[in-house]
Amino acid sequence: MILVIAEQREGKLNRATWESVAAAQQLAGTAQQLAGGMPITIAVLGAGTGDVAQELASAAVSEVLVAEHPALDPYTPDAYAAACRALIESTSPTFVLLPHTYQTRDFAPLLAARLRKPLITDVTGIVGTGADATFTRPMFQGKLAAQVKPQGGPPALVTMQIGALRADAALKGGSAAVRKVDVQIDSSSIRQKPEAPFREAKQAVDLAQAERIVAVGRGIKSQDNISLAEKLAKAMDAEVAASRPICDNGWLPMERQIGSSGQTVAPKLYVALGISGAIQHLVGMKGARTIVAINKDAEAPIFEVADYGIVGDLFEIAPALIAELEKK
Amino acid sequence: MKIAVCIKQVPTREWQPRLNDQKTWIREQDVSYEMNEPDAYALEEALRLREKHSGEVVVCSAGPARVQTVIREALARGADRAIHVQDDSLGAADAFVLADALAAAMKDETFDLVLTGLQSDDQGHGQTGVILAERLGIPSSTIIMDVQIENNALRVKRELEGGWFQWIAMPLPALLTIQSGINQLRYATLKGIMAAKKKEIRKASLPDGLQPSQQIVGLAVPTRSKQTQMITGSPADAAKELVRRLREEARAL
Repeated sequence: MILVIAEQREGKLNRATWESVAAAQQLAGTAQQLAGGMPITIAVLGAGTGDVAQELASAAVSEVLVAEHPALDPYTPDAYAAACRALIESTSPTFVLLPHTYQTRDFAPLLAARLRKPLITDVTGIVGTGADATFTRPMFQGKLAAQVKPQGGPPALVTMQIGALRADAALKGGSAAVRKVDVQIDSSSIRQKPEAPFREAKQAVDLAQAERIVAVGRGIKSQDNISLAEKLAKAMDAEVAASRPICDNGWLPMERQIGSSGQTVAPKLYVALGISGAIQHLVGMKGARTIVAINKDAEAPIFEVADYGIVGDLFEIAPALIAELEKK
Repeated sequence: MKIAVCIKQVPTREWQPRLNDQKTWIREQDVSYEMNEPDAYALEEALRLREKHSGEVVVCSAGPARVQTVIREALARGADRAIHVQDDSLGAADAFVLADALAAAMKDETFDLVLTGLQSDDQGHGQTGVILAERLGIPSSTIIMDVQIENNALRVKRELEGGWFQWIAMPLPALLTIQSGINQLRYATLKGIMAAKKKEIRKASLPDGLQPSQQIVGLAVPTRSKQTQMITGSPADAAKELVRRLREEARAL
């Protein structure tokens, strides 16, 4: 049996859950219409989960479990690990699938540590079906992809990289039964006391609305060189953005950061200038219609998502591009 | 305050991957190494906390003999002493083995606070810190962008997706995984490098019977999801060709 742990907040489903459902269907063989595949159960955790279970019951799965407990809101790793552990011990799955979000990055390792069972994170693909499946995940900043096999017997926990599978690939048409289950959580075992989430500052630039973006990465080398990217952006009628290290250094404001901790964009044109393409950056921009990568390292992962690539020194290529664009 | 910082040594960002003959791991003899970047931020945060609250900073690292280079570097930046769990097998170990190895060497020290980077730039499991917390029996919080300690109470700022944050209070002792960019890094001074030579590095051995939780059955350069058109030539020629294609093929300009 495959257990999918859904992610929801205040009764609103995180869309990435559907990607995990699609992954579970592929792992089970449902997606390939293989006979005798593993049944799939989705579990929804929270205090007030609203219609989330009903929404998920439209998936081609066997069952949707709802585990509600006041201690699950607000989210804490201690409460979620306790609730998931109880669900896993009562359902004995072979695999537990979760989306690779900031929330699961917080509690899934704790859950794995308590169960003493493997956790395979940031998975981009599944090879094979059932108990013999192996999982593809990036290593070495995405320079290599590893095929990984869990050890030591079931269950194995697997987190799926956001966007690795499409949410709309999840097969619907089922009318899965929704069942409430009781979970016991000892409130005194919860050590984290969270406050309300907040946003640092109102975003002055909405990069999601930009038609064209010129984004800079470590290859720009110093703050003084940011002006080169700004000139190129002006010549392209584009907004300037950056990968995380640039904003960490304060060379551009945080509000111009693209990636999992910044903004997600899908412009008509995305020019990546000296960006190697760490996965945390790629998830924020790989939906762009046309991607140009300019990087001195021919092996940089950014070229894997690029439509056009130039291997070379950005300090020679960017000025040449500006000159070309300003002709006539 | 007694603060531990767990540091990993990883291949440099410029390193070009080459695989071993079995294609299950990298050719280690070709690798140049550096301190894992998020761990460098964890070290800096520990040094700042010591400056504010006094106490000591202890660097903890599990790996082959080569990791002494990053241990010395951390000592040169200002850490007081170090613990090195030394074993050749630890270079390719998974998060469970590393966490168990570190926990065995660290548990008798009873640290008030344990910091580490949120994930490593090599295997990138993003688990070692949290598993270590569980093995030490202390609470954890991850992806931390600010650490405040007042009257023995811990309050941390956790990063959420899309520019959101959250403050979380926790009792001490605790473990935090630190996000890159939480502070501005300092570099070692000549004085620090000289002082580091006299600082203690306690060697610990790997506990027996640690089992890996996952096995790498294959390692490869990832397959491209897109057909990338590479444009070559002099900068001027490449620029001209790119602009032409962006205008005529992609209609993006």
